[in-house]
Amino acid sequence: MKRSTLFTLILLAAFLAACAPVDLNAPIPVYETGVDANAWATIPAGTFFHGQSAEVEAIVYEYEIMVTDVTVAQYVEFLNAGLADGSLTLEGSRVVAFYPGDEFRGVKHELEIRAGDQIVVPTDDPASRFVFDGTAFSVLPGWEDHPVTNVSWFGAWSYCGYYGFRLPAELEWEKAARGSQDDRPFPWGNEIARSNANYYASRDPFEDMGSFGSRTSPVGFYNGKTYDGYETLDSASPYGLYDMAGNVWQWVGDILPGFSDRLMRGGSRGSYDMDLRVWVRNSAPPMYYSPSVGFRCIRIP
Amino acid sequence: MQFIKDRFNFLFRSTKGLILVAIAMIGLETAVFGMLSGPMAEMGVRDFMVRALKMDIVQAEREGRIVILYHSIAMAIVAIETYMITSLVRMKEFFRQTVRVLVTVGYLLAMIFGMGFAYWGHNWALHGLYISGLCLIFFAGVLLVIALWPWNQEYRQADKSYARLRSGLDLERTAFFATALTTVISALFGAIPGSYFGNGFETFLAENIIRLPEKTTMEYSIIGHLHIMLALIAIMITLIVGRWMDFKGILHKIAMPFIILGTIVLNLGVWGVVTPLEPVAHMIIYMGATPAMLGALFLVIHSWDKLIRTGTAGIAKPSGWQKFKALVDDPLRFGPFWQMVFMNFTVSGIGIFYAVRLDEIFRMWAHRDERIELTGHWHVLSAIVATIILLYYGDMIGLKGRLRRLYGWGIILLSDLAFASVTLFEIKRLFVSEAEQQPLVNTLMLLMDFGLGMLLVVLAMVLIWRLLDLFKKKGRWSEEVQHELSEEVTK
Repeated sequence: MKRSTLFTLILLAAFLAACAPVDLNAPIPVYETGVDANAWATIPAGTFFHGQSAEVEAIVYEYEIMVTDVTVAQYVEFLNAGLADGSLTLEGSRVVAFYPGDEFRGVKHELEIRAGDQIVVPTDDPASRFVFDGTAFSVLPGWEDHPVTNVSWFGAWSYCGYYGFRLPAELEWEKAARGSQDDRPFPWGNEIARSNANYYASRDPFEDMGSFGSRTSPVGFYNGKTYDGYETLDSASPYGLYDMAGNVWQWVGDILPGFSDRLMRGGSRGSYDMDLRVWVRNSAPPMYYSPSVGFRCIRIP
Repeated sequence: MQFIKDRFNFLFRSTKGLILVAIAMIGLETAVFGMLSGPMAEMGVRDFMVRALKMDIVQAEREGRIVILYHSIAMAIVAIETYMITSLVRMKEFFRQTVRVLVTVGYLLAMIFGMGFAYWGHNWALHGLYISGLCLIFFAGVLLVIALWPWNQEYRQADKSYARLRSGLDLERTAFFATALTTVISALFGAIPGSYFGNGFETFLAENIIRLPEKTTMEYSIIGHLHIMLALIAIMITLIVGRWMDFKGILHKIAMPFIILGTIVLNLGVWGVVTPLEPVAHMIIYMGATPAMLGALFLVIHSWDKLIRTGTAGIAKPSGWQKFKALVDDPLRFGPFWQMVFMNFTVSGIGIFYAVRLDEIFRMWAHRDERIELTGHWHVLSAIVATIILLYYGDMIGLKGRLRRLYGWGIILLSDLAFASVTLFEIKRLFVSEAEQQPLVNTLMLLMDFGLGMLLVVLAMVLIWRLLDLFKKKGRWSEEVQHELSEEVTK
């Protein structure tokens, strides 16, 4: 066979491999992490190191933050409750909720976010870990304790507001992730290993880089336990929070003047380790949703 | 002793030797530090390299490390272009030698001590030497601008087939001068905020702050600096290969004013980002980029026409196929101009599409997806400039026959395979969802790494051959020691 023919065949095979279908419902291993998804951690008032250059910042009040991301099961409960009491409504293939709108300053690239119904979740996205049968939402089996994804910022804002909580501000999120004692780049310390967190190609039991790639892990998975021989490091933050680096990006509540994007922190299952550093920011329009984005809430005692 | 002295004279005093050293330094740096990111990190190679080379990697300093890494490679590219200019364009011997000494010492200091500082702990002496290197390169640039002064009587262009004014002012020399001058000025747009940000490690990468609606003047300056320096390096290599191909005639007369005008307007637009002109700066940049790119297009037309005419010289009425064969017969002379055309698909085309549909498409994505597009965009442009240099270098060292074709086509096909894959990777969200992207990502990563990896292998083979050649008494180096590029212009 001519070398050029062989080369062409190899290239063709590579392109065909690129078009291989992905089974979004491939079975997921189920593990009990032992971490309570309903638990809250108290973050005391005081100073902490903020940002890459570790400037000293102070938050002068105490607050509580969820120990884990909001799970699929928790969010499905909210969706069903919200649809039942009318705080959420169905509009075509999406669930919407009322949002009072943002002040529009007409800055370049700024989207106008008007008062009105805004998307909470899509009902028909195949990447969602919940399904809608026309009357109620349910969790796909095995995904109950995974962080909810495919939720817009409006969806995260609505969830927290529904229960009397709110989304954390960036600074609140960062303090909860980093603690108050030092300027560590990761919630657990200065270095990152594959068994610290769920990130791109971290070789956890939930990923298959030859097919569907990296997937979320159950909240609190990286707690030092061993699951079917897969050993994790206890990667809680100094205040006992799990998944503050990796697994899913987390929406935070800040609305910056003239900037319609909403911010996210923490990195995700699809991020390289550099994006798991506590000061790294991501952003997207508030109607954006993705299988890599979730959230958690805070409350003021 | 004479053995070392002769080789030293070749490597550090001759044009081709200096270029060889700079290419070897870039190749070495790319091979070593390329193992610290992307798939190499996934496969665990990064961790191995960090341990094996005893690197001191601090998470908070990643952005600073990358800034120094980019600068050290860019300085070596600037040095190569400087060697080429000082060999191709007439200037006083004093300037030629001084510029070369300064730029050589400068880039070696910047590269060796900069990388030492960035990756092996913060010894401030290393940082000082790195900055000294950058300063020497800046000073070399100032001297180069003086050396290229086009209004000197002795540099008047007497040949009417080249672009010139009625007074005899050589417009090609003026284009070199304008590019060098604006490069020196634009360097300040990085140096001044660099001093500010470097004082306390408040470093940032432009792609990380691109969406913030309010940027400081210093941040705008950095963003402008990195864009314009890359554009100027690209314009300069265009002028260099134009000289190599002895660009002249009507197209030369149209192209040179376009390039001069384009370069100046482009720079004014970029400098404008730190002034109240910021809201219209992009419009000025487009107004400058258009004539500059048209100038490059005329060079491509001239060069390909020349290759076709030379290749079909003995044929009375060449067919289309014969013309095509003549065009692609010599990959080292066809390649640089093909890469310029290819750049329009992988860099300019994507950039224009991006700018036109920014709010409708790209700003609806997450910032991290947009960042992939931004970094891919300028990595490809930088790498295209590098491949043009490598193709010219292949011609410079006299590769012939099968080896010439293998080297030339190897660089063109491997790099274009990688660049096309990078481009598809950048815009993958247009045609695949995040949940379903993995097989496509795997394939594109494979093609990128195959293309770039094999290209580095080709380069490594050439460099090893050149290294072995140095041990021969009458090796190729002994002939090249006297060569000047101006004597090898394609007539």
